[in-house]
Amino acid sequence: MIFSRSLLRRHTVLPGFDLALGFTLLYLSLIVLVPLSAAFLKTFTLSWPAFWDAVASPRVVASYKLTFGASLAAALVNAAFGLVVAWVLVRYDFPLKRLVDALVDLPFALPTAVAGIALTALYSANGWIGQWFVPLGLKIAFTPLGVFVALTFIGLPFVVRTLQPVLEELHAEVEEAAATLGADRWQTFARVILPILTPALLTGFALAFARALGEYGSVIFIAGNLPMISEITPLLIITKLEQYDYAGATAIAVVMLSASFVLLLAINALQAWARRRQGGVA
Amino acid sequence: MKLSSLRYRALLGAALLGAATAATAATSLLNVSYDVAREFYKDYNAAFVKHWKATAGEDLDVKQSHGGSSKQARAVLDGLEADVVTMNQASDIDVLATRGKLVPPDWAKRLPDNAAPTTSTTVILVRKGNPKGIKDWPDLAKPGISVVIPNPKITGNGRYTYVAAWGSVLKAGGNADQARALVQKIFANVPVFDGGGRAATTTFAQRNIGDALATFESEVELIKAEFGDNFEVVYPKWSILAENPVSVVDKVVDKKGTRKQAEAYLKYLWSDEAQEIAAKHHLRPRAAAVLAKHAKEFPKISTFTIDEVFGGWTQAQKVHFDDGGVYDQILAAGKK
Repeated sequence: MIFSRSLLRRHTVLPGFDLALGFTLLYLSLIVLVPLSAAFLKTFTLSWPAFWDAVASPRVVASYKLTFGASLAAALVNAAFGLVVAWVLVRYDFPLKRLVDALVDLPFALPTAVAGIALTALYSANGWIGQWFVPLGLKIAFTPLGVFVALTFIGLPFVVRTLQPVLEELHAEVEEAAATLGADRWQTFARVILPILTPALLTGFALAFARALGEYGSVIFIAGNLPMISEITPLLIITKLEQYDYAGATAIAVVMLSASFVLLLAINALQAWARRRQGGVA
Repeated sequence: MKLSSLRYRALLGAALLGAATAATAATSLLNVSYDVAREFYKDYNAAFVKHWKATAGEDLDVKQSHGGSSKQARAVLDGLEADVVTMNQASDIDVLATRGKLVPPDWAKRLPDNAAPTTSTTVILVRKGNPKGIKDWPDLAKPGISVVIPNPKITGNGRYTYVAAWGSVLKAGGNADQARALVQKIFANVPVFDGGGRAATTTFAQRNIGDALATFESEVELIKAEFGDNFEVVYPKWSILAENPVSVVDKVVDKKGTRKQAEAYLKYLWSDEAQEIAAKHHLRPRAAAVLAKHAKEFPKISTFTIDEVFGGWTQAQKVHFDDGGVYDQILAAGKK
């Protein structure tokens, strides 16, 4: 400890490292660690069989599949289309650009229940959008597809807002240089632009994914909540609470938290790897 | 994550309310109530404040908090300082006795009518002209019928519907197996399990989903007012008597010194004035005279109580609605 501190001290130019580190740890503990450990502690009141029963019953497992699957799909779609949106907003000038830019933040600001009700109205069989899918035999609202739609909606700003500053740093000269060196458009995108964007894209993806995992308010209106089909994990947590089964509810929460933590850790590692690789290339 | 945020919100709410009550000079009461009682208690509070000023000469300030019934009960358990609770299911007050020792176990005996000044019942709402010819619970079990019912796992409204259909079989002379078979078929016909009574209404009335909606009688007029007169009410032969129980929260009023006001607040719910207000809000009054006056709005219907069918809400919750209970079993069986 002392060794590492003196090591760190030697490298820092700014004063106040100890104070800043102490404050950071205290703040993180109060805001993140204490509430989370409360959840973990509550779970420990359960015996192993009871814990297993709470977190691994078929209905709960079905909800993990839906929650993680739909969140992953939504985050992937957002990563692709969020990149396009960010690109257009940074690189092109068009009328009302500022307005469009502000629109991106709306899913952040809108109460999730409002988003859920609005999306359900649009995508149900008699809604503006939903009615066009009925002849195709495709139902969106009240199916897992509806869950995916809601999660895509709430996740978009995360990708766009993390990519924008990086894209702004990326000057058009870089692309011109690539072109003068003989790269075609695809090569420029795949070998020059994408590697630079990858770390930010991964961050945006991870944020959108994490946000989707915990989402309750908007999904609950559009999901239909059919057991084994369209129940999300947060709904089952609420269901447990309704039975005053605090321990069972936190048990599911702990499983979700652990899984999310592992996934986010993996994405962060991937991002660090991408950044190193990019550093090596540049 | 969700859990902690819920609990913290409750705590924060409690802290804010605590600060607010300390700041006001006039005695104030907090009524923690269920979601759809908002309009009724708004009118009732105005009436009671006037009554209290006239009889006791004291200025009173009644604050309201509304939300899902069980969610509200949890908030009170977690420390929301409610002087009185007014719920739509006895189990949401029972839990204050068993888990929090906030009220005595015999709270329901302290006031007349099981401490429930108003009631409602579960009815079936169908589309204008009743194109599917739905007349009673068994019609909802037929193949090809689709009925919207709020999720019984998280709404009192849905639980009442479940009990109503179950009890109707017993009352008609059937046995528990037949009741279970009927309820299983009805719930297999549910296309959407909404998270609240009002959400289910939107699904049925606005999204045009389902041939029928099972909901409280007290909701029907609101639905007609909101979505137009495109619906008809079907009164099943037998339904559940949904009692809306009330109680003083002893631990809170003794601490705050508001027992006198809180008890008077609840007692006045049985006055003719309050019963009239209840009728205006489509809740069935207990006072026979007031009920007779509104006979047209509240048709006579045969009802049974939860005690008759399942031996009370606590028992019903344990056997039917807890994880792995009968409700979960019939849902799994109905899927096959």
